[in-house]
Amino acid sequence: MTLDTGHQITMYRQMVRIREFEERVKRTFTDHPGVIRGHTHLADGAEASIVGSIAAMRPGDQAIATYRCHGYPIALGSDTSALMAEIYGRVGGICGGYGGSMHLADIARGFLGTSAIVAQNIPQGAGAAYAAQLRGRGDVVLTFFGDGATKQGAFHESLNVAALWRLPVVFIMENNSFSVTVRTEEEDANAAAGEPLATKAKAYSMPGTTIDGGDPLVVQQTVADAVARARAGDGPTLIESLVYRLSAHGNSIAPPGVPLHYPEHEAVAIYGAVEEYEAAKRGDPVPRFRARLIESGVLTGDQAGAIVDEAQAEMQAAVDFALNSPLPEPAAALNHVYA
Amino acid sequence: MTRTTYARAIGTALATAMRDDERVFVLGEDVSAGGPFTITRGLVDEFGKDRVRDTPISEAAICGIAIGAAQSGLRPVLEIMYIDFLTLALDQLANMAAKAHFMSGGQLSVPLVLRTQGGAGQRAGAQHSQSLESWLCHVPGLKVVMPSRAVDAAGLLASAIADPNPVVMVENKTLYFRSEEVPDTVEPVPLGQAAVLRTGRDVTVVALSGLVPEALHAADALAADGIEVTVIDPRTLVPLDLDTIVASVRRTGRLVIAHEAVRDGGIGAEIAAATGRAAFDHLDAPIERVAAPFEPIAVSPVAEDAYLPRAPQIRDAVLRTLGRELNREGCRLPRPTA
Repeated sequence: MTLDTGHQITMYRQMVRIREFEERVKRTFTDHPGVIRGHTHLADGAEASIVGSIAAMRPGDQAIATYRCHGYPIALGSDTSALMAEIYGRVGGICGGYGGSMHLADIARGFLGTSAIVAQNIPQGAGAAYAAQLRGRGDVVLTFFGDGATKQGAFHESLNVAALWRLPVVFIMENNSFSVTVRTEEEDANAAAGEPLATKAKAYSMPGTTIDGGDPLVVQQTVADAVARARAGDGPTLIESLVYRLSAHGNSIAPPGVPLHYPEHEAVAIYGAVEEYEAAKRGDPVPRFRARLIESGVLTGDQAGAIVDEAQAEMQAAVDFALNSPLPEPAAALNHVYA
Repeated sequence: MTRTTYARAIGTALATAMRDDERVFVLGEDVSAGGPFTITRGLVDEFGKDRVRDTPISEAAICGIAIGAAQSGLRPVLEIMYIDFLTLALDQLANMAAKAHFMSGGQLSVPLVLRTQGGAGQRAGAQHSQSLESWLCHVPGLKVVMPSRAVDAAGLLASAIADPNPVVMVENKTLYFRSEEVPDTVEPVPLGQAAVLRTGRDVTVVALSGLVPEALHAADALAADGIEVTVIDPRTLVPLDLDTIVASVRRTGRLVIAHEAVRDGGIGAEIAAATGRAAFDHLDAPIERVAAPFEPIAVSPVAEDAYLPRAPQIRDAVLRTLGRELNREGCRLPRPTA
């Protein structure tokens, strides 16, 4: 199935919105020092994978993800002002300022939330899929995680259960080649042996495939096939989506008062692999998809530029909203411990 | 009234909840056959394998699955066979079940019941006998119930299933098969409400789980000696019904706290500190704690028996709060071995 041009333009717009959002998160460290403390992890470089995956969902489906989570709710339609305010820890945040960058959730849009513990969300995605299976309406759950998560027991336990029970879940592993600073081939037996990480699917008798996560149409097609399989009751699929994160793992960490910043990417900072990083930037999925849409006549350059302008205006409004949103009353936190 | 057991009362309460609410389902290792303590035996015949779900031996995954299912509208009752195995699921429980509601600004709730059982006394060794409830009480967002009687186990389970928060029910393997009387219709027991099982003017004993029958036994013996003891079973540890405990201590002026977990860092320390502050002016003696020594649990019968606090130690602690000599004439319980 080839997506019509309208869908392709929508996907491009979503990719641009995610990119512009992440740029504004990153710029906040310099434009508004002290507004973000703690941890943020950006999804720049993974936009095609995120948007292509989400494009395979239909209403009633759900998604669950990790702490590198800004992109999914944007693609699902969450209000970027509320997302930015959440990252700033403000009352107007989508979680009232109690979750922050690593714990976005938007239940109304099927975004079940995220965990900052690597691989913790994988069984929870399987559990949501169990609920979907019992509901019997054909709903599917997309469970996103990184390559690092595949070294956790929770990953292996969950794939076993999901395959055994034929749960309607698609496991989407965004392999960005690094676990913070350690390269995948230094910590993954498949990678060390020169095999794709999707090889792990074989151990659980489910389909496993490795794709170019920089091509949103390839991602959409692959995930749509896996979703169709899950809907039909044939069980889970493991998709290894190869991406290259364009920012460092996360912002610098320092005590209060010390300004935070985004360090250089680990490829450069740790390994001195300047050419590797430059090549990754040349392969940036956002301009790549833009060039393809222009080349194929789906968009003109002006139209593509207008999409960027709109996204930049949206994210400026998001920053303004977030800066003007009040901080929560400290005592009010006690009201949220129990439902 | 009906005669039943703690084990059967829980099984019956589960069946009732599953009949009343189709969102309720049971999952865990060996649950369709009933598990090692027969609690869930027979449920699969009435409710089928989708709602009585045998799982692989994957505690992290099955706890996470229960959380995901709870967040998506189901009411899972997860069995972790021994509380000792809860270590494998603690990330899911402490880092997500307990925090999802908070972190999502109230969007998510996790109406999960996690049933497990602890306690020594079956020569099961250091990894099948622990009492780890205080770990759970230290995590905001979890509720913890620890019933000692069949009627409370059934009533608390009903309330736990209805509660929108994650509730851990810590059962006790030595309580499962005692014959007890319960009303023909078991009413839900509200979470956070202690039960005063015996009223006496002299000393308040707060006992948990397996030490509740021991405390009642000690109270009988002390009564024969003219010492009247109040026995309180908190039933719920989080939220703790401190008011009932404090009100009693204000009358008696003396408090003994008895639990099977090791003394150090145990929930008894929390109860002692909170009660000491609230009833400071009424206390006539230091608060006594009866608990296990700070050591793993041995398989050897002699060593396990020496490890386990029982009625004689509670009796002695009561006497200490009264400033009486231990093992005096008239106390009918044998002196505990050192």
